Amino acid sequence: MRYAMAIDTKKCVGCSDCVVACQLENDVPEGYCRDWIVEITTGTYPDLQTEIRSERCNHCANAPCVRCCPTGASHFEDGGIVLVQPNECIGCKACIAACPYDARYVHPDGYVDKCTFCLHRVKKGQQPACVAVCPTKCLYFGDIDDPRSKISLLLKKRKWKTLIPEAGTDPKIYYLI
Amino acid sequence: MLKAFGSANITAPSYAQCRGPREVAFIGTFGEGVLSPERTDIRDTRCLVLIGSHLGENMHNGQVQEMSDAIDKGATIITVDPRFSTAAGKSKYWLPIKPATDMALLLAWIHVLIYENRYNRSFVEKHTYGFDELKAHVASYTPEWAYGITTIKPDLIRKTAYEMAGAAPATIVHPGRHVTWYGDDTQRLRAVAILNALLGSWGQRGGFYNPDKVHIPHFKSPKYPKPKHTWREAFPGKYKLADMALASGICDATIPSIERDCSLKAWIVNGTNLLSTLPDKKKTIEAIQSLELLVVIDTMPMEITGYADVVLPECTYLERYDMLRSSPHREPSIALRMPAAEPLYDSKPDWWIAKELGIKLGLEKYFQYDNIEEVLDWQLKQLGSSLDEMKKIGVKKFPREFDDLYMDLNEDFEFNTNTGKIELYATSFDDEGYDPLPVYKEHEQPPEGYYRLIYGRAPMHTFSRTTNNPNLSELMDENTLWVNPKVAKTWDLKNDQYIWLENQDGVSSPNSIKVRITERIRWDSVYMVHGFGHTDRRLSRAFKRGVADSDFITRVHVDPVMGGTGMRGNFVTFLFNAPSVGKGGKA
Repeated sequence: MRYAMAIDTKKCVGCSDCVVACQLENDVPEGYCRDWIVEITTGTYPDLQTEIRSERCNHCANAPCVRCCPTGASHFEDGGIVLVQPNECIGCKACIAACPYDARYVHPDGYVDKCTFCLHRVKKGQQPACVAVCPTKCLYFGDIDDPRSKISLLLKKRKWKTLIPEAGTDPKIYYLI
Repeated sequence: MLKAFGSANITAPSYAQCRGPREVAFIGTFGEGVLSPERTDIRDTRCLVLIGSHLGENMHNGQVQEMSDAIDKGATIITVDPRFSTAAGKSKYWLPIKPATDMALLLAWIHVLIYENRYNRSFVEKHTYGFDELKAHVASYTPEWAYGITTIKPDLIRKTAYEMAGAAPATIVHPGRHVTWYGDDTQRLRAVAILNALLGSWGQRGGFYNPDKVHIPHFKSPKYPKPKHTWREAFPGKYKLADMALASGICDATIPSIERDCSLKAWIVNGTNLLSTLPDKKKTIEAIQSLELLVVIDTMPMEITGYADVVLPECTYLERYDMLRSSPHREPSIALRMPAAEPLYDSKPDWWIAKELGIKLGLEKYFQYDNIEEVLDWQLKQLGSSLDEMKKIGVKKFPREFDDLYMDLNEDFEFNTNTGKIELYATSFDDEGYDPLPVYKEHEQPPEGYYRLIYGRAPMHTFSRTTNNPNLSELMDENTLWVNPKVAKTWDLKNDQYIWLENQDGVSSPNSIKVRITERIRWDSVYMVHGFGHTDRRLSRAFKRGVADSDFITRVHVDPVMGGTGMRGNFVTFLFNAPSVGKGGKA
């Protein structure tokens, strides 16, 4: 079992429904977010390309945040989901410095917070909130150890990339391009 | 309540400020409108052509969902837009057209289809009227001719025409939605309708389907009185093909004039911020000042509420029942809109406000129920459901009355037009003295140092209604002015710098706007998202954030066919200091 997400940049329109769904589902305090939209335009008029994508914690297999955490608050759950145990977190921010994706923030209550892949929903057999609300259905969540899962089939069929692969973190968010 | 009172002047800006021209154009061609939601079969299309339509930023949910499905199935998207929109970023072909020249491109496409024999000959022969007239009419509208006008290269015009023809009939030349641009909008949409007819996409899978809807029975009430006056009397002999009342026309009909004996004395405005929705704010204010009574029913303090004699606070859609929703679609369905929470403060649902006003006006015989649940339950029971059932399921689907989602091409089909055919040559236009075939007319281009103001939508916001929402304002709390890097260099503009704008009539806005330098906009235009620049302090998150595009839309190009208000003919220049007198911002 290895949870991962594939995000189809060909379909994402950057509506930010995923952002609001996450904030409401996870009671993210005002002014913070666990996922966000990035838009990158390259070229000059009229030869242009735009990529729009939804970003979040990459739930890396080789996660620097877990490695550098002095208390073990940052840890792996079953399925490779990277989580923070709030009551073990001392707010030292080493993980924030170590994360190449800028996926973490300090919650006003003093601990570090980030995307959980909505583990509480996944345990109930539901999709993460961002996936469930996406109007373009550009987010796919599933088990990449299962070769017949939708996400495995997509990753076999489509071209994809990960973000900052040179950091060697083995990220588990795949961008279909 | 208004009908019981005897008024026929019921209108929404979604017609004359938005989709009206396309309805009139399609009715003139096919005998039927595009309707809302649109009958576009985007889900199954193989080629989607968007002309200034920015689906994805315009978050019309059903269409955006279907566009995503179409991308999944490998459909080709062709986008025509001076701005590299989100949809353009998903397109195989993007045609960065010179603004206000779309008609030339459309006529050139028609020319290519006809003269290079790429049109659907059997469909055209069997179902259309006026092909020979059309052929003669577009003889000189070659791609080479259009190149000089649109700046789109002839080979790209041809290539995209072939792409459309290759995918036909599963091709949609999308009629768009907000299409009131330059004043000849109905004629431009006629050209769009003609293209679809030539491609044979009307009534076909992947083109335009034939929608069906559930007819919801009217709750018992006496017959409404016949209105003494209508808005039409304000426009003798004008806008003859308008099939709905014009929101802008209500303004005109309110300002007293010696040329007519009727002028409106009172308005009830519900859930529409007219100062932001209608162009020519000065005229709207003049109309409001001519009124004896303005009642505004709204959920929040909007600009329009500031002008009201009486404000009636309405609860939000999450706190009230609304009338049943029945939308024309592939499968007829009804949807219940029910409260998810109790109303806050003294706010009331609109049905309650209408009923209580009705009773005070002595119209109680039209409101023979205690509450809306009674009406809904009665209507639902006539349809074989009930309020209890709908509370559980929310949406109920019904079978189609006939198996006619798509047209059977082998059968004879009578269209609801004068000739019974799809009218390439619109006889109904001819009858009323309008061009029966669309003609290219040159539109004004911006003077030196000015840029065409293009406006649009952001997917996170619904017009000016959501900019004060805590979650949504966090996503986007002000609009920015998109400026091409070449223009920025000329003016020495920097990213994130705040500037002021002034239009061709010297109208400026008291608010400043943040510059966004981007390759995604043409050098002769600037772009901003609509719905910002609120002036009511009580909208704590939206107050003075960004600029209202409507402040600069002082020049209105009215469509002679149906009275649509063309709003894309306004040009702005940059000011580096706050204007001393904000003529446009007095509201």
